[in-house]
Amino acid sequence: MLHNLVRLTRYRGLIQSLVARELKARYRGSVLGFFWSFINPLMLLLVYSFVFKYVMTAAHDPKVEPYALFMFCGILPWTWFSSSLAESSGVLISGGNLIKKVMFPAEILPIVTVLANMIHFFFGLIILAGFLVWYQRPLNAGELALFPVAVAIQLILTLGFALLLSALTVHFRDIRDILSNLLTFWFFATPIIYPYFIFEDPTKPGQEMWQATLLKLNPFTHLAISYQEILFFAGPVGHWKLLLLLGAISTVFFLFGYFVFDRLRDTFAEEV
Amino acid sequence: MNAVTVENVSKFYKRFAHKKQFQTLKSALLSRSLVRDLEPDETFSAVKDVTFTLPAGRTLGVIGRNGSGKSTMLKLVAGITKPTTGTVTVQGRVSALIELGAGFHPEISGRENVFINGIMLGLTKKEVARRFDEIVEFAELQEFIDAPVKTYSSGMYMRLGFAVAIHVDPDVLLVDEVLAVGDEGFTHKCLDKFAEFKRRGKTILLVTHSLGLVERFCDEALWMDAGSMKALGDPKRVVGAYVTNVEESEEMELAAGDAKAQESATTVSPDEPASAVLPDNPIESATGPADMFRATEGRWGSREIEIVDVSLTGKDGERAHVFHSGERLDVRLKLRAPVAIEDFVVGIGIFNAEGVCCYGTNTDIEELKAKRIFGDAEAVFSIESLDLVEGTYKLDVAIHKIDGYPYDYHRLLHTFRVKSRTKDVGIYRPKHAWQFSEAVTFTRPDAPDKS
Repeated sequence: MLHNLVRLTRYRGLIQSLVARELKARYRGSVLGFFWSFINPLMLLLVYSFVFKYVMTAAHDPKVEPYALFMFCGILPWTWFSSSLAESSGVLISGGNLIKKVMFPAEILPIVTVLANMIHFFFGLIILAGFLVWYQRPLNAGELALFPVAVAIQLILTLGFALLLSALTVHFRDIRDILSNLLTFWFFATPIIYPYFIFEDPTKPGQEMWQATLLKLNPFTHLAISYQEILFFAGPVGHWKLLLLLGAISTVFFLFGYFVFDRLRDTFAEEV
Repeated sequence: MNAVTVENVSKFYKRFAHKKQFQTLKSALLSRSLVRDLEPDETFSAVKDVTFTLPAGRTLGVIGRNGSGKSTMLKLVAGITKPTTGTVTVQGRVSALIELGAGFHPEISGRENVFINGIMLGLTKKEVARRFDEIVEFAELQEFIDAPVKTYSSGMYMRLGFAVAIHVDPDVLLVDEVLAVGDEGFTHKCLDKFAEFKRRGKTILLVTHSLGLVERFCDEALWMDAGSMKALGDPKRVVGAYVTNVEESEEMELAAGDAKAQESATTVSPDEPASAVLPDNPIESATGPADMFRATEGRWGSREIEIVDVSLTGKDGERAHVFHSGERLDVRLKLRAPVAIEDFVVGIGIFNAEGVCCYGTNTDIEELKAKRIFGDAEAVFSIESLDLVEGTYKLDVAIHKIDGYPYDYHRLLHTFRVKSRTKDVGIYRPKHAWQFSEAVTFTRPDAPDKS
């Protein structure tokens, strides 16, 4: 397994070209082409701004302003995470031709999916950065230093999921459908469209412990909170310890995902 | 040094029981059988205990019928699938021409695809860049290289795939029946490229149905049958054995087909008048009116005289269905006339697969005056030399009155195949010879024509 993992470094060039191809192919034929990578997140942000400014004005915590920007901080990384998972679950099957006909380390396919989505995430970040400046959010260099750490941890976690899901989906095709539903639930179980502290508010009656616990067990909660603290909320990033813990867990999870993938590797050519 | 070593290799494919096909993750988890279910319930062996070595610089041709495990063998050597038991060792870089252009992305240009495909096959970006012009030139796609691959014709697609794969500069080249990728000219170019590989001492493993190519091009041939090695060795000998075997099974197949056709034809009631089968067709002779060229199989007639059995025999007198061009062929008709009949004509017609009548005659045309038939009789139509080109032919045999009233008419019920080493075309092969004046000279081909 470790041998195979090391071998992957030899395929850097291939991964690079495949990611580039993925990005190029996605917008090939459209008039605006690559600009869609910017326009999509921009439009998303504008829609949210409109909705929370003019439609659902009272639906959110007054401490969190501008609400659209807050949501955007969580939605961008979530989009990276969820599209990576959704796409990678089917990637071995759709790339079956490669696995069956060419000598090709299959893990490249889910890895490319995750990386291509990461690039889209980066494009979104440019838009986000523009709006952070526009709204004059308090950013400081110390906090921003944690940002690459959060991205790296999310990358490792996402890769772990992508490898595991892509390998299992070859044998259990139901996973793709289960996953799309699960991701919807997962989205709402993560503090993205609501701030995490609504469950920690002691003044609110009817607050139940299990909700807060569920939220804490969700690995993406910690990523989302970290991003929000780094980019949106003023004050120190209080979440960094849990973030680093998640980093350790993610690494273990990634190795587990790779292990499962490696064990199932030889069955792919026959099953896809 | 052996470039390819295959030792006791077997490959089993899983075949899952009916239940397993509806297995889902949920039920697997519920019954805690996730791991167990990844094991096969039943296996199908695609390759059984194959052992061979291929020394570096040699060319091995793998032949065999569809489904005999040739391609699986190639994938095992390529390392795309792993053997269930046994070991495969390959020295040096392998390039497998199995599916050309696998991994081309339709939306991006040929240029980008060449790079990605080349890297996939093991080149570095620099190496691809260095060979790029050569690849494009080989594929004959200079004009279209910047167009998206989805706009390519299938021939262009395959040519580009072939060009990339062949320029990977492998030590071991695996080819799976990909020579049909282009027009005649391109095929020649591919063959030249293979020959160049051979000259440069590369090892080639070629899976093909083109037996001539194996004979001409390969140092050794491997014949696989139902996953096992049937023969390995000198290409001429192996190909010869294979051809004989194929003829035997074709023979059986044709015999079975004939039996079936005749059986279904007898479901046409013998009392049914001929007009019911071919309403506007007064049968006068086997080469008669245009309607006779309608290729409807069947059997009809009053059966006052019955054709009980039709057999084709070759030069050894054995019943057969496969004959070689130029050989003797006897068509034997067993006739039975329960009552004595004086008005009858025996006819025969040979049709090719397209339904074109190659030859037809009957006793009346040849001015044989019928006198009497009674009881069991036999009629033999002897062809001294079967001068037909290669192909499948069908026979009409009939016995009828001079005015066409059918006693028993077998329409296209009997099939035979003609094999020929010479791939000449047309319907009829006249006896011929070439003669040239001294100003014209020819060299004999390496493999003399055996026909």
